[in-house]
Amino acid sequence: MSGLLLPKRKLMGRRKFLGLSVAGLGAMTLGGCDGLSESPKFEELLNSAEGLTYRAQRLLGGRKSMAREFSSADLSPDFKVNGTHAPDTPEYVALQEKDFADWRLRVDGLVVRPLDLSLADLRAMPQRAQITRHDCVEGWSAIGKWQGVPLAEILKTSGLQPSARFAVFHCADFYEHASDGTGQYYESIDLIDAFHPQTILAHSLNDEALSVGHGAPLRLRVERQLGYKHAKYVMRIEMTDRLDQLGRGKGGFWPDRGYEWYAGI
Amino acid sequence: MTLLSTADPRASSRSGRRLVQRHALATRLTHWINALCLTVLLGSGLQIFLAHPALYWGQYGADADRPAFEIGAETSPDGAQKGFVRLGSATFDTTGKLGLIRGADGDFSERAFPHWATIPGWRSLALGRRWHFFFAWLFAANLAAYYVFGLINGHLPRDLAPTRQQLRPREIWADIVDHLKLKFPKGEGARHYNPLQKFAYLGVIALLLPTMVLSGLTMSPGMDAILPWLVELFGGRQSARTIHFITASLLVLFVIVHLTMVVLAGPINGVRAMITGKLAISKEDEK
Repeated sequence: MSGLLLPKRKLMGRRKFLGLSVAGLGAMTLGGCDGLSESPKFEELLNSAEGLTYRAQRLLGGRKSMAREFSSADLSPDFKVNGTHAPDTPEYVALQEKDFADWRLRVDGLVVRPLDLSLADLRAMPQRAQITRHDCVEGWSAIGKWQGVPLAEILKTSGLQPSARFAVFHCADFYEHASDGTGQYYESIDLIDAFHPQTILAHSLNDEALSVGHGAPLRLRVERQLGYKHAKYVMRIEMTDRLDQLGRGKGGFWPDRGYEWYAGI
Repeated sequence: MTLLSTADPRASSRSGRRLVQRHALATRLTHWINALCLTVLLGSGLQIFLAHPALYWGQYGADADRPAFEIGAETSPDGAQKGFVRLGSATFDTTGKLGLIRGADGDFSERAFPHWATIPGWRSLALGRRWHFFFAWLFAANLAAYYVFGLINGHLPRDLAPTRQQLRPREIWADIVDHLKLKFPKGEGARHYNPLQKFAYLGVIALLLPTMVLSGLTMSPGMDAILPWLVELFGGRQSARTIHFITASLLVLFVIVHLTMVVLAGPINGVRAMITGKLAISKEDEK
């Protein structure tokens, strides 16, 4: 093998050269990746994959595809609490002390009739229960039974102005006390997910009222996306035509911090 | 064979060897794009894994559930912090290598994989995901292009499908012996893949790479709603995540063996053939 290009005694030199080249290339690649990660232009290029994923999944799944539903035999023995464990604002603590009797869900923005709904109002509306898998962006999954009101029912009651494009969920918790004042949790979804039959505002997990850790009194379930889209402690649903004027402009607490707004992957 | 014998006149003037066309342009292009994609996907995949360095089997799996595999750090009875890798009930001390890593400041911190192995080098699940999914698209498109070209130009059936003769146990055994003796063909024989090479390449092309794509898609809640059979195929999202990790490990193993073989069989000739398409073969042992 060695005699083809160079005399045999130079073999080690060649191997060493190749080894060094590979090591150098590896270091350049990884070092280069860190450099590129800091370049806004390159990050923009990487972020373009999100649009591709969103369009591909909407094209293939659209309004119809349903997240798998499980049986009660499949439930996780322990459903992990993640994100905020207990909101600490005085407003939330006051609501919690009265067992959310004074809590109202505000529905406003680009709607025909703004609404203020109590927990009793929500429980009196058509209900949906679903046993689904919750997938965290970190990689873990847990299966739980969620019950609540389909968001479509609420939006049918409020009506939509023609310009409405997104549903924004404003939450009670500050996940971060950021200096720019954007630490309050919020999330948003498009109208396809807003009217999807499995998109519900859940008040119960595993046949019990939501615990504070899981988002009492009301959290969003948007089953075809990752966990951070499932906003907890929902106080207000705002229908809007744009997301760039909220938070840092990316449509959610985690999207404002680099994560995908479309979290179907 | 005469069709492929486009001998380079410069090379043939030198004694004992000539250049022949070995790899089609489509093969070379897809090879290097694939190499780039797999490197980035591995580094960014390890970055994503840092966020929850445990693997489970089945539909669900989180902190309260028993992992099949775990990388972490814990405080030992004597008060010292230790990095560990746990596979089933077996625990290995990996302090400094996995689980507990020394940072640039010299201090140990809990981290499944070292900084040099992840993209980016610092901790960022968000950026790791951005890298991963961009290159996942490129990787899948490149793989699809490779299949299409491989079927159109005949590369897959002609160069990679083992011949009847190569499937005979005696041939396979002879090839194993040749590999163990580090005996590689230099002449006409170097223009074809040997049986072990074909098995390895086909294993990667037809099994490992598609498994990476499918197990990766199974981790997407959106794709699970679109293609419910994906979850069935792998026996659950957490099983798919575990298989994604195992398959990636097998690919790393393949690349190590592949690069070793390239070095042993003549790295300059081999790498040049994959860049220019031309392979130098010696005339002496031509049949």
